[in-house]
Amino acid sequence: MKNRIDLRFEECAAQGRKALITFVTAGDPDLDTTEALVLSMEQNGADIIELGVPFSDPIAEGPVIQRASQRALANHTRLEEVFALVKRLRQKTEIPLCLMMYVNTLYVHDIANFFAQCRQAGVDGVILPDVPLEEHAPFDEAARKEGVHPIYLVAPTSHERIRSIAQNASGFLYCVSSLGVTGKRSEYATDFDSFFGEIKQACTVPYAIGFGISGPEQVRQMGRYANGVIVGSAVVELVEQYGKDSSKPVGEFVAKLAQAARETQ
Amino acid sequence: MEQGRFGEYGGQFVPETVMAAVSELQAAYEQYKNDPAFLQELDTLYRDYANRPSLLYYAEKMSKDLGGAKIYLKREDLNHTGAHKINNVLGQCLLAKRMGKHRIIAETGAGQHGVATATVCALMGMDCVVYMGKEDTQRQSLNVYRMELLGAKVVAVDSGTATLKDAINEAFRDWVTNIDTTFYCIGSVMGPHPYPTMVRDFQKVIGREIRRQLMEKEGRLPDCIVACVGGGSNAMGAFYDFIPDTTVRLVGAEAAGRGVDTPYHAATMAKGSKGIFHGMHSLFLQNQDGQIDPVYSISAGLDYPGVGPEHAWLHDTGRAEYVDITDEEAVNAFEYLSRTEGIIPAIESSHAVAAAIKIAPTMDKDQIMVINLSGRGDKDVYSIAKYRGVKIREE
Repeated sequence: MKNRIDLRFEECAAQGRKALITFVTAGDPDLDTTEALVLSMEQNGADIIELGVPFSDPIAEGPVIQRASQRALANHTRLEEVFALVKRLRQKTEIPLCLMMYVNTLYVHDIANFFAQCRQAGVDGVILPDVPLEEHAPFDEAARKEGVHPIYLVAPTSHERIRSIAQNASGFLYCVSSLGVTGKRSEYATDFDSFFGEIKQACTVPYAIGFGISGPEQVRQMGRYANGVIVGSAVVELVEQYGKDSSKPVGEFVAKLAQAARETQ
Repeated sequence: MEQGRFGEYGGQFVPETVMAAVSELQAAYEQYKNDPAFLQELDTLYRDYANRPSLLYYAEKMSKDLGGAKIYLKREDLNHTGAHKINNVLGQCLLAKRMGKHRIIAETGAGQHGVATATVCALMGMDCVVYMGKEDTQRQSLNVYRMELLGAKVVAVDSGTATLKDAINEAFRDWVTNIDTTFYCIGSVMGPHPYPTMVRDFQKVIGREIRRQLMEKEGRLPDCIVACVGGGSNAMGAFYDFIPDTTVRLVGAEAAGRGVDTPYHAATMAKGSKGIFHGMHSLFLQNQDGQIDPVYSISAGLDYPGVGPEHAWLHDTGRAEYVDITDEEAVNAFEYLSRTEGIIPAIESSHAVAAAIKIAPTMDKDQIMVINLSGRGDKDVYSIAKYRGVKIREE
């Protein structure tokens, strides 16, 4: 069976639009809300959804996702429950799902068993923000055996590393827009023409841009550089504001993002 | 052994944004670690600024009182800034200067590494930002003021448990954001490669001096070296030179807080398990889901839920042994050394003294033990008084 991420990027390319990737932390404020949020985001035009597995010490996150992680942990959200959530979702939707998780929450489980569980539940990709290329091999091998994409990241500081990372990438390449942690930004110092020039040359899979994309305007602005855009903190902020009632406002927000992604060439 | 690995431990588990800086540091360290001009400058700073070599003092009263081994104290507490931390900071800041980085960030628990970093930044004319858990800024307010006096900016971190691990999280976040200009001066033998190796190399002067000084005084190697272990830099510094000398017993003392069978301790070797956190594969105190546990010790400098990867390796191979020392035992040792030798040890180092008090009587009189007295205890006087229920100042 072909990976859902590949199918979705092919579909977007055929329709000449950008893929919209959105993020929520699983279990924030509870897993039932996360389930409703995923379905609402899909109905409103999200193409791929990243589910954040909460971690006690998320070093790559800004305050918004840190707080979401804390709320989810306060509810004792555990990895096995995230897998159960994915299984429930798979009875209702075929939207591509990625887990975004710090490596320790994976490592304490048997790596091979973890990726087998990903396949059984219906997870399509796994993003490990604290595992660079040099440490990726054991995870890649186990992931690919189960048909799960290990998703790589490149950053504006990657330069000569871009080529080797891009050669290993599968599913899509996650392009970090700028220095710093996750969260909204008002401006970017990155030279996108040069950054994406290097990526385009080296990358054989689709690539998506994330970190700091907070609304439709930035989707239009940044989307033109990539095959997809990733919106995280701005969605999580709405979840923080509306809690259990967040699926409607998040849906409305995602609809605006999706329209911007459709209109971006 | 593969570079940056100690057995299976170590590695470089950091976000991609940081990898370029880690590689740059790795290359710079490889370039300068054997560079005669660099080493000479560092040596001069050690001698003329940091007061090295530190004394090796025969604690005669203590030795006789305990009735076992002949005990020597390696007086790292007599270094400038009052602890072993300055050895590492001088090395890293000198390297930062060579690399053209003028903004230094650091984390600190007790404040010793923060004070050392602020001191060296003042000396070298560099900007300094120190991240410190909010709880620790309250426990160690004197050190906060000391750092500010030295021109550093102290950021009180109130995310998570507001202690050392959260200060490290926040320092990593700063580093990711300001990677082009900023050098992260990590205070212990932890973090991504090359830090555990580099910090150990800057601290190994301790063990080398012990060897030389003891050869002069006794004409032989010690039988046992005892040091406290949080992240483990003073212990690695004291142990490293003796790893091939298998007759030398290496003992690390970790913080058992209120006891390893309570939730209030920081005893990673006793209760930790394998994990990947703060850039390294090592041992951590964590739950079955891989969430890092909140830890506790009376000592802010040992209050860390992990341990350096080389210690994890020394532990697994059995080359070093690790013992647990409770708050009560450490405070007793703090008072004991003060009264017996007229030396007030840091509460961190008091854990090593407490371990020595247990081990020395089991050794023969012709055997030699060295305690690495990693820091001085002036900073701890208030909290020890509080622990004993003595009121010495108005809050």
